[in-house]
Order: sequence, then structure tokens, then C-alpha cells
Amino acid sequence: MPDPMRIRASMAGDKVEVKVLMAHDEETGQRKDPTGKPVPAHFIQNVTVTHAGKTVLSAQWGTSISRNPFLHFRFKGGKPGEKVVITWVDNKGETRTDEATIAGGG
Amino acid sequence: MNPTRRKFLRTGGSLGALALAVAGGLVRPEDAFAQQWNKAAFDAKSVADVLKALGGSGSTESKDIVFDAPDIAENGAVVPISIESKIPGTRSIAILIEKNPFTLSADFQIPAGTDPFVGTRVKMAETSKVYAVVNAGGKYFHAAKEIKVTIGGCGG
Repeated sequence: MPDPMRIRASMAGDKVEVKVLMAHDEETGQRKDPTGKPVPAHFIQNVTVTHAGKTVLSAQWGTSISRNPFLHFRFKGGKPGEKVVITWVDNKGETRTDEATIAGGG
Repeated sequence: MNPTRRKFLRTGGSLGALALAVAGGLVRPEDAFAQQWNKAAFDAKSVADVLKALGGSGSTESKDIVFDAPDIAENGAVVPISIESKIPGTRSIAILIEKNPFTLSADFQIPAGTDPFVGTRVKMAETSKVYAVVNAGGKYFHAAKEIKVTIGGCGG
């Protein structure tokens, strides 16, 4: 089971600001191991973020997203105490879903 | 089983897990499969080929796309890039790295209510122009910024 994401969701004015750190090797498929064999590509392909059942961001990624992907975005309509749910699926079919509660303040 | 769900479960491969999430009620089908992974776009090796694969027939340079990225990246494996589009009706933002083995790095869809802004970190093989390609109102716009890389980050 892949390691959990670290998600920070907080109010910034009337918007929800979200910063995510995902745990993933993001192997490009170009790196060679010590024996000279290419390490197979292993990278997140799809990311979906929802709030109250509605998609607030979706993304498709290639192999050039950095290891342990970072994601930063903002959306309207969320309130403190509500949840932001993030799902990623990688090229091997592995997946991870995590959620965070929107913090108040801002 | 409703036909939509049956089609999703048959898709398998890298979308199999997402199909399970759909079946489990975690993600609505229309949201999960709104955007499939565009293999042609991610295999393309030039800005023009990526645009074509994304369905664009050309792109207009725009000063309303703002980059926040370093002029010089000390570590090509981790280059922070933020893009904000001030173009009304922005529906997607894509990041293209001209000199990378595969040009398209990421494609983000921005629903109404979400700021046309994304920040992430990318790998750059070498000094290169980085393009932000925005789809607004069905048309493509772009801005480019050269980022110098001292140590390449694609691992090749």
C-alpha cells in the first residue's frame, strides 16, 4: 500500500488553498540500476481532487513530475471542517486516496 | 450492471484501480473518466506535436499567463513551477518542457470555481524553454520561460 499523502487545506480569503505532498518514486524509465538494467517507469498518471463530491481539479502527469510530487492549487466553495479528497492512480494501477479537513482562519 | 459501469470495469490496466474507486462510490464516473491519460500527447517529443495530440491547431502567445519559476534551477530533478492564467474561461493548463525526452509534463483541468493556477515541481533534463499552454474557450494560448539547469534531472 503506497505511503499516504500529506495534505494541507486551509482558507485563504474565500478560497480553499491546498498543498499536497505525495509519496511516489516517479521513475522515468530512463534510469539504470547498478547492473545497467533500466529501472521500469513507475509514475502517477491521474490525479483527481474532489470536494463535496464535485471535482475541483484533475490532472494527467507524465514521467517528468518530480519524485514525491508536490501540488498546489486553490478553489472556491469550501468551508472549514469540510473535506478535500485526493486520489492518484499510477501506470501500474496502484492507487492512493487521502483526505484532509479544511482548516479555518486565513 | 449499468452499461457505463460495465465499460469502466472492462477498461483494466492503469485505469482498473480508478474503476474500482468509481464502483466503490469514491469518485463519480463522469469525473473519473472525464479525462483519460492521453498517450499520444505524453509520447510527443515537441511542443507542436503535443499541441496536435491535445487537439489544438495552433497556439497564440499571451502575456496573460504568468510563470513563477526560477531563472536558474540548481537541481534539475526538482524545479518548482507555478502558473497562473489571467485569460477568461481558462479550462486547462499544461506544462511542456521543450528539451525533455518527452515534452509534455502535466495537463491540469480547471473546473469552474477553481483558480486557473497550479504549482508543482518538475524534472528538467537540461536548460530548456518551459511552456505553459492554456486552453480557454476552446482556443490555445501559451507563454514560455527559459530555465537554466546546471545539473540535469531526468536520470538518463
